Amino acid sequence: MKMESVIWDLKTDRILSFMKEGKRVDGRKLDELRNISIEHDISENADGSAKVKLGETEVLAGVKMILGEPYPDNPDEGTISVGAELLPLANPEFEVGPPREGAIELARVVDRGIRESKAVDFKSLCITEGEKVWIAFIDTYVTNDDGNLFDAASIAALAAMNKAKFPKLEDGKIVKGEHGEKLKMSKQPLLSTFAKIGGKIVTDPTLAEEKAMDARFSCATTDDKTLCAFQKGGSGSFKASEIDECIETAFKNAKNVRKLV
Amino acid sequence: MAKKEETIEYVKNGKRVDGRKVDELRPLKMEVGVLPNADGSAYLEWGQNKVIVGVHGPKEALPKHKQNPYKGIVRYTYRMATFSVPDRKNPRPGRREVEISKVSGEALERALFLEKFPNCAIDVYVEILDSNAGTRVAALTAASLALADAGLPMRDLVCAVGVGKAGGEIILDLNKTEEDAPDAVDIPIAIMPREEEITLLQMDGLLTKEEWDKAVKLGIQGCKQINEMQKEALKKKYAQVENPKDKKETKVK
Repeated sequence: MKMESVIWDLKTDRILSFMKEGKRVDGRKLDELRNISIEHDISENADGSAKVKLGETEVLAGVKMILGEPYPDNPDEGTISVGAELLPLANPEFEVGPPREGAIELARVVDRGIRESKAVDFKSLCITEGEKVWIAFIDTYVTNDDGNLFDAASIAALAAMNKAKFPKLEDGKIVKGEHGEKLKMSKQPLLSTFAKIGGKIVTDPTLAEEKAMDARFSCATTDDKTLCAFQKGGSGSFKASEIDECIETAFKNAKNVRKLV
Repeated sequence: MAKKEETIEYVKNGKRVDGRKVDELRPLKMEVGVLPNADGSAYLEWGQNKVIVGVHGPKEALPKHKQNPYKGIVRYTYRMATFSVPDRKNPRPGRREVEISKVSGEALERALFLEKFPNCAIDVYVEILDSNAGTRVAALTAASLALADAGLPMRDLVCAVGVGKAGGEIILDLNKTEEDAPDAVDIPIAIMPREEEITLLQMDGLLTKEEWDKAVKLGIQGCKQINEMQKEALKKKYAQVENPKDKKETKVK
């Protein structure tokens, strides 16, 4: 057996024994987030960017606005696209190559949170109906994985979008290095992720807690009372009452994070 | 979505666009043991959705680095046939299919005694043959039947349904028209009915907590109806064995 998995087994035992007393190894309360720090405008070439640290987890996000053609069924709408790269430098388990299911799920869940919140009016991304629209690519890069990449990527994506500006257009072409209006964000969608460990629900799991968890639940909120996305993962299960508990904490925690982004 | 759809009344006098009640499922048909070369299999029709599932295993998990010395792994492959959607689907698996495969495989793990099969893999192959909203829940419902058909010990069957919102109403088992509503919310949910454990849950669209409370109740109730049909489908296979008149084969000498 690999050395790393023995270490994770030992850490799991410790986490489970703490959990029996309702405690976490790092001293946090069950519903407590790690410290969050956000740095905006980390890339000059990006149309909007941010670096987010959630405890030791670190994710970068950059927005690039490009010109494209609208989908035939929505000729007066632009669109967004969220990507996620699990950089091998962030975790020895990550490998080079095309995105695998972990990265795909991460990107799609962050995408869903932003898209379904309708924070970006896709009609405002239209330049010429049926011909030319803006496509906002929001790409996230995980540079250190200490768990809960979902929330870190969600905060980073939102922070980058809040700072994003449209490139300047001249004769229908992008003028490089010059910007015009800001991208309008009518809502502030944020993910809140929970892990079920030893029958208890914890907020914002670390990597070691993710290794020990049975199941994971993420919930995106747009404000104090509206939900916009769910994703359950992991091999275990949740009772409906446990989902309710998560939703309640999600509203409470996202409210505090919203003040930072 | 297109502007003309905004005039649709999604629920009128208690009836939906296809005549169903708000808590009514589309017609379902389930059959197990349909594939001779699979260890377990199921075929399911759910409204216009058609899905076939084959299970292989438990068998040695290969490549070897995929093996887990503590428990077996479930490898779930959800794919849509190129002709199963209005426009031809690219046969290359897309990001949607990869994500659905991941969460659906995880949704089945809780039902299986994977600790009994260290270093093994249970492969579940799903092919969507025709689609009209709700294929992932149709696939999961069929996959659970195929696992039972393979003779695998299970804690419970996993049954799944889509629940959501269209035109401001919380409704069960959305069809494509309802899923395309301007305010549509889609919530695929899977449970193990005995303990009402939720093993798959996704959602997209804007929903209040109160609407969620209503939706989860409706979803669990829908799942339980599906579960009854699953049990019937499994019993039917063995009823045939018990009743030799239904079998073509003559007695073995």
